Amino acid sequence: MDETIPEPLVLVIEDEPQMLRFLRPALRGHGFRIVEATTGQDGIVQAASHAPEVVLLDLGLPDMDGLEVTRRLREWSQVPILIISARGREDDKVAALDAGADDYVTKPFGVRELLARLRVALRRSARIGAGEGSRLVIGNLDLDLEKRRVSVSGTPVHLTPIEYRLLTELARNVGKVMTHSHLLRQVWGPGHAQESHYLRVYMTQLRRKLEANPARPRLLLTEPGVGYRLSDQ
Amino acid sequence: MTDRRPNPDELLAQIRSEEEQARRAKFKIFFGASAGVGKTYAMLIEAHERRRAGVDVVVGLVETHGRAETAALLEGLEVIPRRAIEYRGTTLHEFDLDAALARRPGLLLLDELAHTNAPDSRHRKRWQDVEELLGAGIGICTTLNVQHVESLYDVIAEITGVRQRETVPDSILERADEIELVDLPPDDLLQRLTEGRVYLPAQAERAAEHFFRKGNLIALRELALRQVATRVDAQMERYRRTEGIGGRWPVGGRLIVGIGDPAAAPRLIRAARRLAEGLKAEWVAVHVERPVGPAVGAGRDHLVDVLDFAAELGADTALLSGPRVSDELIAYAQSRNASRIVVGKPTRPRWREALSGSLVNALVRHSEGIDVMVISADAEDAGVRRTPRAAAAPPRWQDYGRAVLIIVACSAVAALMRDHFERANLIMVYLVGVMWAAVSVGRGPAALASVLSVLAFDFFFVPPHYTFAVSDTQYLLTFAVMLLAAMLIGTLASRLQAQVQSARIDEHRSHALSRLSAELVALQDRDRILAAALRHLQDVFESAAVVLLPGLGGRLEVAAGDPLLLGVDAHERGVAQWAFDAGQSAGLGTPTLPGSRFLHLPLRGAGSVLGVIAILPSDIRRLMVTDSFRLLEAFANHAALALERAKLADQAEAARVQSETERLRSALLSSVSHDLRTPLAVITGVASTILEDEGTLTPGDRREMLRTVADEAARLNRLVANLLSMTRLESGALEVKRSWHSMEEIIGAALHRIEPLLSERPVTVETALDLPLVAVDDVLIEQVVFNLVENAVKHAPSDTLIEIRARANDPMLEVTVADRGPGLPPGEEAQVFEKFYRGEGSHRSGGVGLGLAICKGIVEAHGGRIRAMNRPGGGAILWFALPLGTGAPAVEPEDSEDPPGVARNG
Repeated sequence: MDETIPEPLVLVIEDEPQMLRFLRPALRGHGFRIVEATTGQDGIVQAASHAPEVVLLDLGLPDMDGLEVTRRLREWSQVPILIISARGREDDKVAALDAGADDYVTKPFGVRELLARLRVALRRSARIGAGEGSRLVIGNLDLDLEKRRVSVSGTPVHLTPIEYRLLTELARNVGKVMTHSHLLRQVWGPGHAQESHYLRVYMTQLRRKLEANPARPRLLLTEPGVGYRLSDQ
Repeated sequence: MTDRRPNPDELLAQIRSEEEQARRAKFKIFFGASAGVGKTYAMLIEAHERRRAGVDVVVGLVETHGRAETAALLEGLEVIPRRAIEYRGTTLHEFDLDAALARRPGLLLLDELAHTNAPDSRHRKRWQDVEELLGAGIGICTTLNVQHVESLYDVIAEITGVRQRETVPDSILERADEIELVDLPPDDLLQRLTEGRVYLPAQAERAAEHFFRKGNLIALRELALRQVATRVDAQMERYRRTEGIGGRWPVGGRLIVGIGDPAAAPRLIRAARRLAEGLKAEWVAVHVERPVGPAVGAGRDHLVDVLDFAAELGADTALLSGPRVSDELIAYAQSRNASRIVVGKPTRPRWREALSGSLVNALVRHSEGIDVMVISADAEDAGVRRTPRAAAAPPRWQDYGRAVLIIVACSAVAALMRDHFERANLIMVYLVGVMWAAVSVGRGPAALASVLSVLAFDFFFVPPHYTFAVSDTQYLLTFAVMLLAAMLIGTLASRLQAQVQSARIDEHRSHALSRLSAELVALQDRDRILAAALRHLQDVFESAAVVLLPGLGGRLEVAAGDPLLLGVDAHERGVAQWAFDAGQSAGLGTPTLPGSRFLHLPLRGAGSVLGVIAILPSDIRRLMVTDSFRLLEAFANHAALALERAKLADQAEAARVQSETERLRSALLSSVSHDLRTPLAVITGVASTILEDEGTLTPGDRREMLRTVADEAARLNRLVANLLSMTRLESGALEVKRSWHSMEEIIGAALHRIEPLLSERPVTVETALDLPLVAVDDVLIEQVVFNLVENAVKHAPSDTLIEIRARANDPMLEVTVADRGPGLPPGEEAQVFEKFYRGEGSHRSGGVGLGLAICKGIVEAHGGRIRAMNRPGGGAILWFALPLGTGAPAVEPEDSEDPPGVARNG
């Protein structure tokens, strides 16, 4: 462990003791320090006093709804928020993401999945802190935002302007699920937030250009009922 | 002698009547010879005694007539407030029946049993109120004077010269459990009268002077005593019969009273009742209808009244029809095994009897073993006991007019023939005319035509012409014969016509009934049964109707027919509700609330009243003829039975569904408990092994065991997710949120999610490049694809290929998932989509048999279809098709301009 870089601090806002018994050793064992809060109110206070690098937030808290906690935190903080919840409905996910959460993990989950999501969130916030990166390499995909150049396995790919805008919007949030309405607003403009068929058509086109097997995508992943995500591996 | 033993039927009847009695509330009448004997006083004394004995006594209505000692007795008793009724500008205070029914006391005091209620009341008479109260299980004490007893009507009228309008049927007296005679010698009563201690209504004072004469009072007292004595006698008789005590046995038998002229009938009926009572015989009042003119006259209305009246006095009634009254009466008497026929003394002039034969003579001649009794029965003044009903049809002058026209036409024809034929032949023309008149317009006009034809023949064709004078006296005989022949022809023809018509009506009705029952038998559905019944009702009786069935909370609601017909009329709805609650017909033409517009017939099923049919008759007189009314009741009964059958079928279906649900539930429980416990057993076992490990497990063992735990937990998670999906699907909470999606993308998402289960198994996806967007709920369809692939993974060996294809086959989009597993057992291709279906070997792979059922639910919720079939060469194909949806939105092609700075091909 490098002495000069402190271990990242995770704020766990979760009221179920069993979950804490699982999370505590799992996170500590993988190089995180943790602060715990068992209520939403306490969570907000802890976030303000400890300035964690990432927040793990359970939606079902005894005093207030997790969505409300997310909104309150977003009023003054850009800390990545990872929702952990037993509510598996797509509407709940969309609501959490739209409220400002970065990602969403449905209970039950394995520690590997949790750590992967945590690392993605940390990398994203590190990138934002360092100023936007100009180049992104994921597997065979090479995206140079500065030169506006896209290539797959070294072969340049021709993209239409909309395909390009769609790809860059996903790339800017690599690893994070972007909801349909968010993508539509960002790529087509606020007037098109309901026209999700645009998104399907362009996503299909984009996959045909970037994926080795468009029917089994590895990069441009679909979260049914929620949105799309550019895989970061 | 064995004939002393009581007849088993009688015993049974006795037992039934005792049971009925025990169930029934007690009914006591304080009976007196006249007003002023102290009935009300005696009743109140009794009320106090019963109250002290713990009975819940309430005063429904007691008239104190301002007498202090009676009023004093009311103290301490609960009194139901009277109901105020506005009637022709005055306010009447009536007994409140509904309040009494709601209060449900153990014993209710209700003065003046013979009272006639205010016009707006539910029942016309108080004794009907009493019947309803008794039916509701409320005990009654009431008062009655002897002059109000129906069967004593004639005797009382003769003694006192006063005709009572308020009478009580004898059947209600017989219903009483106890009759207490309140007796006061006439001298004492007169004493009281002079002291002013007897209440008399102001308007009756003059009549009362006449009424309260000593002679009258003595006679009335004797009648009252005799009435009670007869009753005691009857009780004694009954007692002796049950106890098998020998002695005088009732003659029994049956008595038929033939009713002719309605005007004379009430007297005849009363006489017959006394006779029947004396003989302890059953009695039947019978009227024989002869086929007369086609029109239903006012006489028939009266006839219905008369038969009703007989029924009130305890008779059975029957309406027969046939050309000869005597034959019908005798045949009926024989069929009912009656020993006596009673008829009234003939009232017709002798010459008519001589012409058409005497009923009495014919009866006596043909009656064989049956006694014929002739009772003097003068017509009494009409309207004594007649419910106001529709007025008689006006005389049909136009029919007579037509008869005249027919004779004019005959004269014209005869005039043309005059020069070519003999006079005798011209008579034939007139006879034809008379026959025509008889057939087309009836008997009366035919008689007129007969007379006119003779006159016209004389005037036009008998010399001297154009005068009624006759030159040859021979013609007088011709006229006489012609008149007789014309009369005879007219009578016979019209009678024949009437017979044909009555036969046609009968046939029409019996056909109607059999058609209705034939149609109802075929119907299972409630609404269609009701519609059929209403349609037939309209056809046969030309009457509109609605059917009311109880809705939530037992309130009647219109279930068939035009609800506007009944409207929001609270009165009619109230009557219908009463008919439903009481299970008796009410409204128009019945004794209960006859002021209604509708006739309300209860739909009586085998066990309960199912509803009410409210009929708005087009012609009440036609409907009220006894046989029409019975046919109508038969209609209602048929409909009720069909309705009950439909109801039972529904209940059986509900029970079947219930048992099916139970079966599913137990299958679920056993399946779920197995599938939940297996992974839990593994997890518990592994966890405890590692926890209690004392260093014997190698790191490799440990890892292997923990992987099992993770797998089992994942399996448990899928199971719970499936159970939740199924619950959502079945509870109807599933909401299909359609939008335009790419099937390729959905398949991709499902494969991505199922990847951990697939491990290294090969999967191919084949989709057309131009596959159109489809309007579906992506989350649900992704679940379908996931479950189908999971199913393939479970059944097919791990190294075999799973092939997924999607193609458009307008108007559907088809997806198939094919594997190389063992395939499906032949014949079970459809069952795999049933809940908790488990193919062989799926125990091992662990599933509750919900995955495919969920697929089916989701696909069908999208309006699609799903099938499973065996694949040529081995394996299974699961196929589903979804409607593509219409109006897929166009996505306008983008300008193929390059984004600035993007290099083209390096």
